[in-house]
Amino acid sequence: MKKLVETINVTLKIWRQQGSEKKGHFETVAAENISVHMSFIEMLDMVNERLTLDGKDPIAFDNDCREGICGTCGAVVDGRAHGPQKATTLCQLHMRKFSDGDTIAVEPFRARAFKVVKDLVVDRSPFDKIIQSGGYISVNTGGAPDGNAIPIPQEIAEKAMDAAACIGCGACVAACPSASAMLFVSGKISQLALLPQGKPEAARRALSMVKTMDACGFGNCTNHRECENACPKELSIVNIARLNRQFFKASFFSDEV
Amino acid sequence: MQLEANIPAGPLTDKWDRHRFELKLINPANKRKFEIIVVGTGLAGASASASLAELGYHVKTFCIQDSPRRAHSIAAQGGINAAKNYTNEGDSVWRLFYDTVKGGDFRSREANVYRLAQLSNHIIDHCVAQGIPFARDYGGLLANRSFGGSQVSRTFYARGQTGQQLLLGAYSALMRQVGAGSVTLFPRREMLDAVIVNGQARGIIVRNLINGELESHAADAVVLTTGGYGNIYYLSTNAESSNVGAGFRAYKKGAMFANACFTQIHPTCIPHTGDHQSKLTLMSESLRNDGRVWVPHNSGDIREPQDIPEEDRDYYLEQKYPSFGNLVPRDVASRVAKTQCDAGKGVGLTRCAVYLDFADAIKRDGKDIIAKKYGNLFDMYELITDDSPYEKPMMIYPASHYTMGGLWVDYNLMSTIPGLFVLGEANFSDHGANRLGASALMQGLADGYFIIPYTIGGYFAGTELSAVSKEHAAFKDASQSATESIAKLMSIKGKRTVDNFARELGQIMWNYCGMSRNDAGLQKALQLIQDLRAEFWENVLVPGTDKEYNKSLEKAGRQADSLEFAELMIVDALDRTESCGGHFREESQTEDGEAKRDDENFSHVSVWEYDGYGKRPKLHKEPLVFENVELSQRSYK
Repeated sequence: MKKLVETINVTLKIWRQQGSEKKGHFETVAAENISVHMSFIEMLDMVNERLTLDGKDPIAFDNDCREGICGTCGAVVDGRAHGPQKATTLCQLHMRKFSDGDTIAVEPFRARAFKVVKDLVVDRSPFDKIIQSGGYISVNTGGAPDGNAIPIPQEIAEKAMDAAACIGCGACVAACPSASAMLFVSGKISQLALLPQGKPEAARRALSMVKTMDACGFGNCTNHRECENACPKELSIVNIARLNRQFFKASFFSDEV
Repeated sequence: MQLEANIPAGPLTDKWDRHRFELKLINPANKRKFEIIVVGTGLAGASASASLAELGYHVKTFCIQDSPRRAHSIAAQGGINAAKNYTNEGDSVWRLFYDTVKGGDFRSREANVYRLAQLSNHIIDHCVAQGIPFARDYGGLLANRSFGGSQVSRTFYARGQTGQQLLLGAYSALMRQVGAGSVTLFPRREMLDAVIVNGQARGIIVRNLINGELESHAADAVVLTTGGYGNIYYLSTNAESSNVGAGFRAYKKGAMFANACFTQIHPTCIPHTGDHQSKLTLMSESLRNDGRVWVPHNSGDIREPQDIPEEDRDYYLEQKYPSFGNLVPRDVASRVAKTQCDAGKGVGLTRCAVYLDFADAIKRDGKDIIAKKYGNLFDMYELITDDSPYEKPMMIYPASHYTMGGLWVDYNLMSTIPGLFVLGEANFSDHGANRLGASALMQGLADGYFIIPYTIGGYFAGTELSAVSKEHAAFKDASQSATESIAKLMSIKGKRTVDNFARELGQIMWNYCGMSRNDAGLQKALQLIQDLRAEFWENVLVPGTDKEYNKSLEKAGRQADSLEFAELMIVDALDRTESCGGHFREESQTEDGEAKRDDENFSHVSVWEYDGYGKRPKLHKEPLVFENVELSQRSYK
């Protein structure tokens, strides 16, 4: 049986920045007596308790559900979005993945489209803008036919679910050398393009969402596949291929402009 | 003040139809003249905002997170109930209604619950039309599973992420309206006060969480969809920002609070491991469909689970409740887990856990089938505990999860303040003293998609509303008092952090107002809370300034509310000397330790009216009348 309390000491090289217009810098902060059963976020909590009691400014970071589904938390840890463990959000990364004496570099998700609000907190509202431009099926409340009126093959529903698993955290953007939001955009476009309900608006959706992505300042896909590797929900770049197909089809064969 | 629930006359099955007919309508062209504030963007808030905007109202929607997509509905795992009877097992609107009233231990309103069951089917239809990727059978039709305390398979699901998918559906609908200009979105705002003019809710004061500025927003009605108060226990399955603040501040402005002591302690959560812990993670109740709950027969048996032979294992739920077995409702499962651990049979490092074992299910169905059903939950469990449920039984223990209590609302979902509507977990209306699994999503969406769009129209059509702008004195006063509270919190500069107070309050509530409650403990808790509150206002330490992103300040404001609200929970728990659902008063139990209701004296909703700081609130009672179900002792044996 594992020991109840096993603790380690680590050193954080952590990004501090007062606001989007201010200059930031790395600060060295000691994190001592860290239980290996803590999540990374709980470790930051403990560091912040210490900083607060010492009269210093605690580290600002976003987080909410602490169970890996809301997509609020995120930071680049040792050069990797959400840290070293695959398919894991920062709040689910546990300190047992680190060793006593480690130095850990912690930075915000960086991208032209994501402005730093403070320290590790960034503004991801461009994601909302992209969804506003077409990430939905235009159906008003009321009037929907019976849920079983349109059978959907199980494998199609499963693929749609794979694409819909995106939590909108922005790790894909942070990991991408050109800060592209293609994986994020492709998740929604794939989900809705796969399902019969989403087909009527498929062309308009693809054109409009890609256009908005560009306007928000995200880069384009350069096939590095870093996004797929960083995605805590393991969205596949197959979704990007689907997006491209939808986009080309809409560009060449539809009346949408 | 007389509480008027406004339940329509006539037979139960016709009430909602008749009510919809009797509600006055607003001409489509006139709807654009009304402005509505919606606070919160969970299932209830996002669905309400979208549906109201679709009708033509101007909507201003506020959320505390950086994006409306992150509201905590997103974490709901198991599924959503509907009375479709797709499985041909004999389900019906009536059966879903009956199960929900009984599951709530006969402490909810018949008319509300019946309407909920009726609307459940529309929700599924609408969500499918939105493109939500529900699980499907090989033939392409929607799949169902049975879920917590139900003997029919009526639960629709999207893997273990149903809440996420339903929320993203509602969020997409909301975003569509934002894109169309019908909804104005205000993220990263926290509601600090409700503004009342001429007795009507006409606006809110919010704090911009990025720059700390206070903002006033006026409207013709305010809809609160701000969730529950499960974080009062500090360790809970709720998200960090889930809090009672908005509801509590509305309570202080005259909205009465109902059944504050009805909280749900969910039986299947990952047990706590140490003082560092900030939250407890839920493992979906759906796991109880295939997992078997057990503890060692003998207390103090510290062998590893695989070394404990069958004859030394106590599958206590199967033994005690042969007809429901591992699927007994949440309140029962939680309480019995506690009893086992109190008797020294708990397992794991803290001895505060029971096993949930999948070995038999894996033997029966194969690992692949089990992985398909629960893979993501097993992965999550392994991430957190470093143990694989495929190889070793899970360990689980109850944790605070949901609150059935909330602001009192009438059949129209309007609080005791005219023009202040309350939807979803934030209201008290449908779950009585215990919520059944997969019914929170159902209620949030029923309220938002299918009830408020009609009832708010009825309110507007029948109400005189004077022109009110944010320059009105009531806004200035509310803003001034919010500024003063913030200044006070910033000025204390004490020696204890906010989290430290939150942990202590949580411990008090868990010990004395958790799964088991008694008079002496509750009295003691009352004193402890008052002492802690006094210390808080002298010794809390909030770093930084109030004009910047400052999580400590946000939490301090919420903690100040919690320290007052906790007292309301205790007062309610003390007053209700019966046991019912999740509210177990040790003084009121059957011979075999089950909750014993006292229908003669407590067949009512306890509705509390604020009467000033530090004063005991005034109790009002809304009698519960049961014309269609017969009150019985719940039995799952």
